[in-house]
Amino acid sequence: MPLDSKEKIARRVAQELKEGYLVNLGIGLPTLVANYIPAGVHVFFQSENGIVGMGPEPEKGYENKDLTNAGAGFITALPGAMTFDSAFSFALIRGGHLDVTVLGGLQVDEEGHLANWMVPGKMVPGMGGAMDLVTGAKEVIVAMTHTAKGEPKIVKRCSLPLTSVRRVSLIVTELAVIEPTDDGLLLKEIAEETTLEEVLRLTEATLIVSPELTKF
Amino acid sequence: MRIIELEEVAELIRPGSTLMIGGFLGVGTPNNIIDKLVEKSIRDLVVIGNDTAFEDRGIGKLVKNKLCRKVIVSHIGTNPETQRQMIAGEMEVELIPQGTLAERVRAGGAGLGGILTPTGVGTVVENGKRVIEIDGKKYLLELPIRADFALIKAKKCDYYGNLVYNLTATNFNPLMALAADTVIVEAEEIVPVGTLPPDEIKTPGILVDYVVVSGVR
Repeated sequence: MPLDSKEKIARRVAQELKEGYLVNLGIGLPTLVANYIPAGVHVFFQSENGIVGMGPEPEKGYENKDLTNAGAGFITALPGAMTFDSAFSFALIRGGHLDVTVLGGLQVDEEGHLANWMVPGKMVPGMGGAMDLVTGAKEVIVAMTHTAKGEPKIVKRCSLPLTSVRRVSLIVTELAVIEPTDDGLLLKEIAEETTLEEVLRLTEATLIVSPELTKF
Repeated sequence: MRIIELEEVAELIRPGSTLMIGGFLGVGTPNNIIDKLVEKSIRDLVVIGNDTAFEDRGIGKLVKNKLCRKVIVSHIGTNPETQRQMIAGEMEVELIPQGTLAERVRAGGAGLGGILTPTGVGTVVENGKRVIEIDGKKYLLELPIRADFALIKAKKCDYYGNLVYNLTATNFNPLMALAADTVIVEAEEIVPVGTLPPDEIKTPGILVDYVVVSGVR
C-alpha cells in the first residue's frame, strides 16, 4: 500500500475524534491517527498495557525502558498521565469508559462483524486486547485498506474467525467510509481519487449508497 | 520474605512447574530469573503470561530454548518461534483475550469462583464454556487461574517485601502476586523499611516469599 493511502485513512479517522475522548489506537496503521488530530481538539490516548495520557515517541536519549506502548515501542507520559495494572486497563476498555478504539482489520462483513486476529493455518498472532476492545468500546472504528492483494476485505460474510459479534461503528479505507447499520452497510463517503463504480467493484458485500454521498 | 541469590531460584522452580510471569512484551518481566531458568534448562514448564514477547527477550527466551510444554497467553504475534512450535505440535498454546486473562488471574488471587465477561461471546473463545445470561445480555463464565510460582518484576522492594512497580512495567505483576502458591520477585533495588510511601506500594510484602535483587537492566 502506498504511504499516502495509510495517511489518507489515518487523516479521515482522526476527524471522528472529539474533544475529551479517551482513545485506544491499535498497533500499525491506527497509530498514525495520532498525527492528524484536528487542531483545537484534545483527546487522551490509552494503551492497554497500562496508561492513560500516552504521548509520542521520545527523542533519542529520553527513552524509559519501563514506559512503552502495546507494541513495546517507547512512548512518553504527558502531564496528567496515569499508569495502572492490566485489570484496571481492561476495566476501562470493557466497562464502557473508552470512547473510541481504532483497529486494523482482515475482514468486515455485511453484519458489521470484524475479523482481525487470525488466519487459520497461516497466521495466528492471537487476539491480544482486540476482543475486549471491540466488545467494550463505545465506538469501534476499523481502519484498513479496502482490499488485500486485490481481494475485497469488505465481504458478505467473514470467512475468518470473528473478533466479536458486536457490530463495528465505522469502516474507513483509502477508498470509502462505510457505516454498518440495521439495514446493511451504508456507503457514506468515497475518496476524491476514486469512483463509485470502483468502490462497488472492489467490495464483495452489498453496499447501500447514501443519497448524501460525499467525497473525502 | 527472604532475600536469595539468583542461583537459588533455579533450585526452587522444578521442571514441570506452572509459572505466572509478569510483563508485557518483556517490559516488566524478571529477565534475570528467566536467564537463570534458561541457563539451568528447567524444562516442561507451563507459562502463563500476557504474551511470548520476542525470541531474544522475556518469556520468548523460554520458548526459544524449548523449555515450555504449554503457554497460556493473549498474543504470540511478535514471536515467530512460538507460532512455529505450535504449528509443529511441539508446544501447546492456549490463547485468551487479554482482559479475560487479567480477570482470570485476578479471580485466582481473589478467591473468586470465576468471572462473567461479554468478551468472546459468539466467537471461537466461547467453545466449551458456559454462557450465562444476565438481564438479557450474554456473558461467558471464565474460570480462575493460579500457578505454582509467580515471577514478578518490581522497581523497588523493601525488607518486608513491599513492592513498587514502574510505569507500564506494572501490567500483570500485581495481579499475579496474589495468584500463586510461591511468589518470587526480581527487584531492581532494595530499600529500607519505611522509605516507600504507603500509597506507592502496590503489592504488600506479606504476599512475597523470595526476593532477588538484580540491579537495573
